[in-house]
Amino acid sequence: MTKADLIEKLAEEAPQLSRRQAEVVVNTIFDSIRDSLQRGEKTEIRGFGSFRLRHRQNKEGRNPKTGESVSVPEKRMPFFKAGKEIKELLNPGSTAPELV
Amino acid sequence: MRKADIAETICETAGVQKTDSMELVEKVLDIIKSMLQKGEVVKIAGFGNFVVRSKGERKGRNPRTGEEIAITPRRVVTFRPSQLLKKHVNS
Repeated sequence: MTKADLIEKLAEEAPQLSRRQAEVVVNTIFDSIRDSLQRGEKTEIRGFGSFRLRHRQNKEGRNPKTGESVSVPEKRMPFFKAGKEIKELLNPGSTAPELV
Repeated sequence: MRKADIAETICETAGVQKTDSMELVEKVLDIIKSMLQKGEVVKIAGFGNFVVRSKGERKGRNPRTGEEIAITPRRVVTFRPSQLLKKHVNS
């Protein structure tokens, strides 16, 4: 499913919305999460999961083509952790203990 | 940030009532969840992809007792951020 499919599905399920509004709703959700991450904030969505940043320290890497050593700067990586509800939805009837 | 904050922004951007906007956020999330349940990839351009992966059985340990136990096969959701999102959070 692509974002366009998602917008279409939402427009079907919410007939009070115009096509354009459905598009704005979907875009606003992901833009909000993106902006929150950019501010270094995490987003917790009950029943879905949470988005936060993981920090990668700078490290020595190599140019795979030349073998030359280069410094890879530290950076922030977006990270998603699925919530309990998703885990249960994908693994019905599972009583397995919560192990990572 | 929480769901209510997203809903509030939607009121402004999409021009809908507060009560409606919360419901719309839930609807979008439900659509995504039902796709993942079917094992489908959800691709959000400019944001990232949600992918379902199947993991086989593996051995783990109870971290408290050190006891070895089997971790049952399961399906997990992984999120692969797009290049654009990665760029955004580092700008």
